Amino acid sequence: MDSITQIWVYLAEQPLLWLTITIGVYWLCQQLYRLGREFPLLNPVLISVAVLVVLLATTGTPYDEYFDGAQFISFLLGPATVALAVPLASEAATLKRLWLPIAIALTVGSLSAILTALAIGAALGLHGDMLLSMLPKSVTTPIAMGISDQIGGSPSLTAVFVILTGIVGAAIGIPLLKLLGLRDPVAKGFALGVGSHGIGTARAFEHSSKAGAFSGLAMGLNGALTAILVPLIVWLFGL
Amino acid sequence: MIASIAALLVLQLVGTIIIRLTGIPLPGPVVGMLLLFAFLLWRGATPKPFESTTRALLQNLALLFVPAGVGIITHLHEVADQWVALSITLIASGTIAIVVTGFVLHWLMPRAEQTKPEA
Repeated sequence: MDSITQIWVYLAEQPLLWLTITIGVYWLCQQLYRLGREFPLLNPVLISVAVLVVLLATTGTPYDEYFDGAQFISFLLGPATVALAVPLASEAATLKRLWLPIAIALTVGSLSAILTALAIGAALGLHGDMLLSMLPKSVTTPIAMGISDQIGGSPSLTAVFVILTGIVGAAIGIPLLKLLGLRDPVAKGFALGVGSHGIGTARAFEHSSKAGAFSGLAMGLNGALTAILVPLIVWLFGL
Repeated sequence: MIASIAALLVLQLVGTIIIRLTGIPLPGPVVGMLLLFAFLLWRGATPKPFESTTRALLQNLALLFVPAGVGIITHLHEVADQWVALSITLIASGTIAIVVTGFVLHWLMPRAEQTKPEA
């Protein structure tokens, strides 16, 4: 009979182990979130990431080995992004009526995401590639990494900022807007998509299909607009 | 369900090929989403099985970000030195962007749209 250590060594080399652990941890965190009455700091993505980071660190597992298993989950992001068209198509009539308010909110929101990151970051002493890597933080990872590379930031550092921004938005976005008196699902969803890309969109879908549809739209549009605005702002400020 | 998954993958593939051929600075899946959106508008209605498969996927979208999120472990040492400045910037800037976008859209919406009940 194998000892526990031998079984661990065997399993650690299989994609199955970390795939199962990731889904299991997420499921538990979801239950915790419900038990905690959706308290923002119990956001399932936030807690799952924290638990998994601690697990990897304590077992001495390198991220690459973890990702060999977990990549099967990440892969689904592609088809899921394509699938965002479905709820959006069912909101086509609303989209047609609101295109102008949406275009203005997108432009103002996108600029505010970039310029506040620049102003606050610089005021707090961030500089060089740390500051540059921060600028595209509100858009979806592949676009943000491309922008970061183009302006001389660090794409992998940008990926970290993107994920953290997404978690912040998903955790506090909806309760904050509610507190400020914003009830409308279209405005809430769109705001989450502009400010915190796919992770915000995921949260918006938990809220309602309508909020999710407009969040997905905002994520796509802001990705495209930020790819134009960030290089322009970097050039204007001579960064 | 299989047909729906196949359709999503084909659209992602076509999107990726278009990106490669044209050099548009967007991810392949985003182009796939635009193609699907155009197709659904042209067709007029979404087929039922397709609707249920995509709903199941989107209901669990948050899980799909977890593996990338764990990637923060590879940057802990860089982030650790300036974690106060970084967290304040991320939280403040992220929050401002959400509040500004939400209220600009809300104020510019016609009154009749604002009072609509939750879907």
